[in-house]
Amino acid sequence: MTDLQMLLTIAVLAAGTVLTRFLPFWVFPEGKQPPAFVSRLGQVLPTAVIGMLVVYCLKDAPASAWHGLPEALAIAFIVLLHRLWKNTLLSIAGGTALYMFLLQSVLR
Amino acid sequence: MKQRALRAALPLTLPVCVGFLTLGTSYGFLMQSQGLGFLLTLLSSLFVFAGSLQFVSVGLLLAGFDPLHVFFLTLMINARHLFYGLSMLEQYRGLGWKKVYLIFGMCDETFSIHCAARPPEGVDKGWFLFFITLLDHLYWIAGSALGALLGRLIRFDATGLDFVMTALFVVIFLNQWDESPTHRPALTGAGCALLCLALFGSENFLLPAMGLILLCLSLGLRPARKEANAQ
Repeated sequence: MTDLQMLLTIAVLAAGTVLTRFLPFWVFPEGKQPPAFVSRLGQVLPTAVIGMLVVYCLKDAPASAWHGLPEALAIAFIVLLHRLWKNTLLSIAGGTALYMFLLQSVLR
Repeated sequence: MKQRALRAALPLTLPVCVGFLTLGTSYGFLMQSQGLGFLLTLLSSLFVFAGSLQFVSVGLLLAGFDPLHVFFLTLMINARHLFYGLSMLEQYRGLGWKKVYLIFGMCDETFSIHCAARPPEGVDKGWFLFFITLLDHLYWIAGSALGALLGRLIRFDATGLDFVMTALFVVIFLNQWDESPTHRPALTGAGCALLCLALFGSENFLLPAMGLILLCLSLGLRPARKEANAQ
């Protein structure tokens, strides 16, 4: 990509984000209630999307050199850390550190 | 008036400060390690201001120029913001020009603070919410700028650092799992995505997955509503 194409990509990212954030306020301006069905969907969709994003992050793992072994170990470590201390940053840092260690030192 | 609002908002944002400095630094570092410069990182954090999407965008910026793909991927990754917006219709009502910035800066973390926080007595609600959004935005910009600078100064093998995004989503997933009374939405999201990944392959599965998730959740809502009515 050229520099201009990169800037345009950033602009598209920003425009898409603005659209998703502003759309509900345009569809339901002040003084108009959204239907109950939409509100109910709004309660369950965020959880489902995170589940989808986890899969999205791991989409290329099965086809990689170690068939997802470092990913599986790091995620198991994150679950363990999070069960023990329930500290978001510690779990993220610990899991990432283990993954980097595995990739750089053990499973080369 | 502004000072009191800032003083009320600041303590609420401190956990986000730690989180955004760390994650923002990782993001800036990752961008730099992939040869994507300081300016690009800064512009992205200033105008996109959506952590998960920005991590995904590192790969997009390294691939070929494909604005349409980027646009639809943005809509899908940020689709949850539609529902944040629906939950904030009431909270942001009547706040004038500040409302525009509040909606622009409605990332996951700011949304979660805005959900729960009420301004203390005598503190203007508009400025209170405004400063929460502004502080979070500044932490994110500062973190990513710091990361991009460190990436230039320190030579460091960053192989595997991109896993920080996976780790972030896994931890959010675990937090939601513990907090929600039913695991059906979480399992629906992951299950539909896995099914579509198997069917369509890693390049094309996200769009069908999103459709299938919407379909399953919509179908799942109906019986739940009937039960609620029957009680």
